[in-house]
Amino acid sequence: MLIEEAVIEEVLGTALTSGGEFAEVFAEDRRGTGARLDDGRVEDLASGRERGAGIRVVFGETTGFAHTSDLSESGLKAAARAAAAAARGGGGGVRTVALQRVGAPAPNDVSVLPETVAKADKVALLRRADDAARRAGGAIKQVSAVYGDSRRRILVANSEGVLAGDDQVKTRFAVQCVVTGDAGMQTGRESVGATVGFELFEQFSVDELATAAGQRALTKLSARPAPSGVVPVVIKQGGGGVLFHEACGHGLEADHIAKDVSVFKGKVGQLVASPLVTLVDDGTMGGEWGALAVDDEGHPAGRNVLIENGVLTDYMWDWLRARKEGRSSSGNGRRESYQHLPMVRMTNTYVLAGTEDPEEIVRQTPYGVYVAQLGGGQVNTTTGDFVFGMTEAYLIEDGRITEPLRDANLIGNGPEVLRNIDVVGNDFAMGSPGTCGKDGQGVPVGDGQPTLRVAGLTVGGTAR
Amino acid sequence: MSDDLLALATRVAGWGRDGEQVEAFVARGRDTEIRVYEGGVESLSSAESAGVGIRVLTGHRQGFAYAGSLDLDVLGETLEEARDNAGFATEDEYLGLAERDGVEPAALDLWRPELIELPTEEKVARALELERAVRAGDRRIRQVESAEWGDATSESAVVTNTGIQAYSRRTACYVSAYAIAGDTDDTQTGAGYSVGRRPADLDVQQAADDAILRATRLLGAVKPKSAHLTVVFEPRITATLLAVLAGTLDGESVLKGRSLFAERVGEDVSVPSFTLVDDPTDPDAYTATNYDAEGLATRRNVLVNRGVLQGFLYNTYSGRRAGTASTGSAVRAGYKGAPGTGARAVSLVPGDRSPEEILKFVADGLLVQSVSGIHSGVNPVSGDFSVGAEGVLIKDGALAGPVREFTIASTIQRMLAGVVAIGNDLECLPSSASGLTLAISDVSMSGQ
Repeated sequence: MLIEEAVIEEVLGTALTSGGEFAEVFAEDRRGTGARLDDGRVEDLASGRERGAGIRVVFGETTGFAHTSDLSESGLKAAARAAAAAARGGGGGVRTVALQRVGAPAPNDVSVLPETVAKADKVALLRRADDAARRAGGAIKQVSAVYGDSRRRILVANSEGVLAGDDQVKTRFAVQCVVTGDAGMQTGRESVGATVGFELFEQFSVDELATAAGQRALTKLSARPAPSGVVPVVIKQGGGGVLFHEACGHGLEADHIAKDVSVFKGKVGQLVASPLVTLVDDGTMGGEWGALAVDDEGHPAGRNVLIENGVLTDYMWDWLRARKEGRSSSGNGRRESYQHLPMVRMTNTYVLAGTEDPEEIVRQTPYGVYVAQLGGGQVNTTTGDFVFGMTEAYLIEDGRITEPLRDANLIGNGPEVLRNIDVVGNDFAMGSPGTCGKDGQGVPVGDGQPTLRVAGLTVGGTAR
Repeated sequence: MSDDLLALATRVAGWGRDGEQVEAFVARGRDTEIRVYEGGVESLSSAESAGVGIRVLTGHRQGFAYAGSLDLDVLGETLEEARDNAGFATEDEYLGLAERDGVEPAALDLWRPELIELPTEEKVARALELERAVRAGDRRIRQVESAEWGDATSESAVVTNTGIQAYSRRTACYVSAYAIAGDTDDTQTGAGYSVGRRPADLDVQQAADDAILRATRLLGAVKPKSAHLTVVFEPRITATLLAVLAGTLDGESVLKGRSLFAERVGEDVSVPSFTLVDDPTDPDAYTATNYDAEGLATRRNVLVNRGVLQGFLYNTYSGRRAGTASTGSAVRAGYKGAPGTGARAVSLVPGDRSPEEILKFVADGLLVQSVSGIHSGVNPVSGDFSVGAEGVLIKDGALAGPVREFTIASTIQRMLAGVVAIGNDLECLPSSASGLTLAISDVSMSGQ
């Protein structure tokens, strides 16, 4: 336990003395190790530790927030007074809080805590990746590999009596290769990450990952400029969950709804997507990158169906937005660290598998673009316009995947693209680990989808 | 005020053993962020944070560790951790901490006590004033998603046992608003802001006008037909482009075979009117600083002179490895990271045309007011450039119809060669680059 229960009760009491309606203590202890190999050398091994607490006091429509790295009772009380002053309630009074522990199962077991693994073993993975990537072909001129692990222990308690904790262990690995050919340089990247310990490397082979990154870069050496304009786009399983994250995920966050800055406001119960689409946000999903036992407000993670057979069923909620609607949170209140206020965030967001054979989807596409891997994206929730980058893509001609294409962004409008999904495959895979940014805060998120086709998307290439 | 941070860093650097180089970077900051919504305070956060990042070099191996605390026992543990980590890194003869190079730091005063003395009520009042100004400025504004006041004070010290001792501090503040115009059938958004080092630098009305103009001018925007045309970047967009460009001129990327400009020093990479400098000693630059992240004095570095590539930016390591010296360009992402290399205050030497004259000169093209997907659509290694955009078409030298949901694409190399006009409207922005109006020919616009 990061802070004694009796101390938390005292601190919550202090936070409420100036009349706040709600107070919360969020304590966090985070340790991590990162190692980077570049240019054939292990450049450095870095480790870090941070701990502290953020205190939130809500009065009326105003939230006051302060944080401290001092977890002593006096340090916490000073932060509580600062947060209370920021929220500035009216008449004070003494309120006592009785805490009740929230029971929420961990999404999965961690079998090998990274802190128990020798640093030399972590560094050895980097060297293996470097060797494997360089064996992929002579054109490979540069390899960089990154290993990272983190352990984040949190404790949340609030004046409604919630007391909850979580111990989140994550491990990740990424390889990037640079190749040189007649037409300049190209890059290929592969990454894996999960809410697990060092056993990640029993599930994934670093050698295979590095080889795949190398081959991706080599393939792109002969890439030609991507088309410019609207074409059918087939997205490979696991490669494009970010499309839904941007096309509608952010627009289904309740804070955007409350402020009338989402194209999905007022659409619950309506058909907002092709009937082939069922979209779920699921924080309970095993060892996936965005999994958690409780969110950063102490609410158990949930499996929330957002769109069912094309019909919008619900938004995602945090404590603040749920309270206003007189409902309960959906377990989507997250924050980057104790230095940040929580807000509505996604966890693992994915589209369920359909019925079509993925190969058949390509065969039935006379001309278009096949996207095997997407990079990040960005959305304007108010207009619904969103972009996402393709980092491995091919032309489809006469129902066959033909030539590789250079990197480009694709652009679309969320509601239009959702309606334009005309085939969904029977395969399904989760994609690479991601970091979702919102209002300057980054949190780990996962995404996934089966192979599917969008009848028309604007590809931002330069082909004439 | 500087004494305690310098003393602390000096103490840590003094813990180095024989044959060991130790660098302590200590930083402390205080931030306030106030958001208002519909006439009331939505949230008010105030926070102080402090931390340390320690590098230890033993036998040309480097280890790094950080901690979010300045407690002495934590500093001791962090040093031990960095020392232990060094044992696992590869030996590299070029590794070493910075040493004094005789360059004197610029006399910059970036600290404004009046910001620190400003009461919270005044900050709240500014944010509320901005929200009111946006709402009142145009009847087509239907919502202000957020209006914000933010301020920050930050101090840092770098001390090594190789003779480096540097301290810098700065204050900054901003107001910003995000306006929403139109009705539910046609909604558009626009952001406006004003930044400075002290409250008097902020222009609330200008931030409001900016947000209003950007949101309302896009009303009725359509998806354009695909075309190849000349684009005119507004200053903010130019700054974004220059920051991307500066990333490709980092000496470390060059050494590692990851820069598309690696073999091109002395060659034409752009037109003769194009001169690009990185000058963190310019007091007007938002990101000005007298010391870099390794404690060397910052300096003015010319990257491109009259279209000819002059050279790259280096920190101590990459400078030594390249057979030259640091250009005072070490950067780090706070105390949690070891120093890398990067530009801090890039700027183009302004041209002689006003933005209006550039529109007339271009005659037919596209004015770009916002871009999205920079991280997903720009590959700094291959040079491929493809971003989502919003803007207004230019017809006969004047602004015509607004457009949205399209991309603009080219390569970094082609865009540099295609510069056709550089504006005289240099503007300092909250970015590592300054902005001005810039016109580039033959860019692909992908729409319908």
